[in-house]
Amino acid sequence: MVSLFKRRGGRRDDVPVDVQGRRAVIEIQGVTKTYAMGDIEVHALRGVDLTIYEGEFVSIMGPSGSGKSTLMNILGALDQPTSGAYRLDGVDVSRLSESDLAKVRNKKIGFVFQNFNLLKRTTAQRQVELPLIYAGAGGRSRKAKAALESVGLGQRLNHLPSELSGGQQQRVAIARALVNEPAMILADEPTGNLDSRSGAEVLQIFQTLNRERGITVVFVTHDSWIARHTQRVIMLRDGQIVADAPIAEPLIAGHNERPSMEDEMEAVLKTVYYGGKEEEYT
Amino acid sequence: MFGGFGENVRVALTGLGANKLRSSLTMLGITIGVAAVIVLVSLGQAVETFVRGQFLGLGTNLILVFPAEDSRGVTIRLTLDEVEALDDPLRVPDGLYVMPQLNLTRVAAFNGREAQGRVRGVTDEFPTMRSRAVAAGRFFDRTEVDGLARVAVIGTTVVDRLFPETYPIGQTFRLGDVNFRVIGVMENASSPNPFAGDENDLIFVPITTASTRLSGERDLRGDRPITSVLVQARGEDSISMAAAQIRQTLREERGISFRDEDTFEIFTQDDLLESLGQITGLLTIFLAIIAGISLLVGGIGIMNIMLVTVTERTREIGLRKAVGAQKNDILMQFLIEAMVLSLLGGGIGVGIALSGALLVSSLSAELAVRVQPESILLATAISIGIGVFFGIYPANRAASLNPIDALRYE
Repeated sequence: MVSLFKRRGGRRDDVPVDVQGRRAVIEIQGVTKTYAMGDIEVHALRGVDLTIYEGEFVSIMGPSGSGKSTLMNILGALDQPTSGAYRLDGVDVSRLSESDLAKVRNKKIGFVFQNFNLLKRTTAQRQVELPLIYAGAGGRSRKAKAALESVGLGQRLNHLPSELSGGQQQRVAIARALVNEPAMILADEPTGNLDSRSGAEVLQIFQTLNRERGITVVFVTHDSWIARHTQRVIMLRDGQIVADAPIAEPLIAGHNERPSMEDEMEAVLKTVYYGGKEEEYT
Repeated sequence: MFGGFGENVRVALTGLGANKLRSSLTMLGITIGVAAVIVLVSLGQAVETFVRGQFLGLGTNLILVFPAEDSRGVTIRLTLDEVEALDDPLRVPDGLYVMPQLNLTRVAAFNGREAQGRVRGVTDEFPTMRSRAVAAGRFFDRTEVDGLARVAVIGTTVVDRLFPETYPIGQTFRLGDVNFRVIGVMENASSPNPFAGDENDLIFVPITTASTRLSGERDLRGDRPITSVLVQARGEDSISMAAAQIRQTLREERGISFRDEDTFEIFTQDDLLESLGQITGLLTIFLAIIAGISLLVGGIGIMNIMLVTVTERTREIGLRKAVGAQKNDILMQFLIEAMVLSLLGGGIGVGIALSGALLVSSLSAELAVRVQPESILLATAISIGIGVFFGIYPANRAASLNPIDALRYE
């Protein structure tokens, strides 16, 4: 464990590299997850292989029961696979102790949740300082300020969640996810609780962070409109990856109107919305 | 390593401040318990100090000798001859003064007024031994004792009853059949005490006069009986030695065989304090149990509210774990919150106890209730202890939550 985080600058040699020379941040091989529900065994994941490279912007899609949440929990080091290997930023996290998992979550992963999960009665600045406190890091207020400025909330440092709009609250959560410079940001339905306008703002921030700072972002969503703003879609069904493809022309947040209800309805009626052939999601 | 002690205290105070009513109700149990503990300790000490003061007011290093029943149930009274034996420095070398006392009741009359007079025959050593002084006039001296003088020194109550309109000193009044001249008035004795009773309604006369002119009583051997003997030991260290010497001398005087029990009783001030201490000790234990129960109930209240808090903040715990909180961080956070709760409650209890002590002290001039720094320290330790003891279970429950379930908790 000691060597796990000291190797910050030094990179491992055996990490896979893609055609553009980007290192793999997430390497998952043959991951399965089985829950025992009483006498019945539930196979939530049935052998998943997945590699996500540095600077990618990926969405993981799938209907309820597809294993999407299970995969997210494993990716987020909140849970461990029953079998298979998971290497995050070159470190095998599939067999770590509870305490080491907490350290991995602290330093390598930034979480963004659908319902923001901000602490009550706590200012934006202190919300963002939270991961730094658990990391025992110095210069907390400076780092927190910088993170909040990068999501455009430099003027709202001392605001409580109750004094911020939904979009602003989610931006505080993004700043909190960013502040420890994690290997990736894992966002679970980040726009799910937001209106279209605030949703577009939040998407824009993710796109900017990804484009300008090369931050790896993984979205977990069932909303194909949101997924179309990312660069690559991974489709899960029944615990397996059924599709994994790049999006040819990702949408730019705020530049496109969401299809009208009629158009979406038409799309539902004419095509199979989830699953099936991969070109339907591009 | 941890989320920082100060940070935890800040979070705890914010959380408690958000639920002011709930927090203060929870603290109430501890507040009452701690206040009870401190008041109890302080009151106990005050009473002890008070009683000790009363005893010291009687004079120091005193030993009281009473007659007692022998094995056949016959009480053989002490006599002046035995007092003389006790006064022998060769037999009771650790006795400084030896004074016989004879209590009698005679009708006192002056100028048409009558009252039951409690008469006590003593020697001129009485003021010295008992640390008493006269308010006016003088006490009788050795010559008057030896000369069976008909002089009396009276207490303040007697002055009120017999001489309400007259300056008593120099007046002659009747005691039974004998005329006595008042030569002094005793200073007011502070208050009735268990060792000597109310001494303000006493009429002091020389023992010699009392046993001859007033009583005239003689026992079978022709000796003059008395009520008790008061002996003052040379020093605090020699009280028990003096008591042993008195016992030895009296046994010899009375010819008591080594097989037989004493036919007299010897009390020292320590003996009396001890038996008094047993009573107050019982009271203290009883009150301590009440205080303990109240602290226990307070602790359970804290545990209960901490369990509620942990449930209410399940999502917060999940979030904290998701951003990297270790089990220990969560444990400390909730443990410190429980401790802050119990310490605040204890602090308020100390405040209440302090003002209570001030109140009692201002109401009663004689009972100086002082809160000792030790009892405040004790209360603080108890508060912290309760916080830890009753906080550990809820805190551990919080720390053991699975982050996935906690984040999903509605």
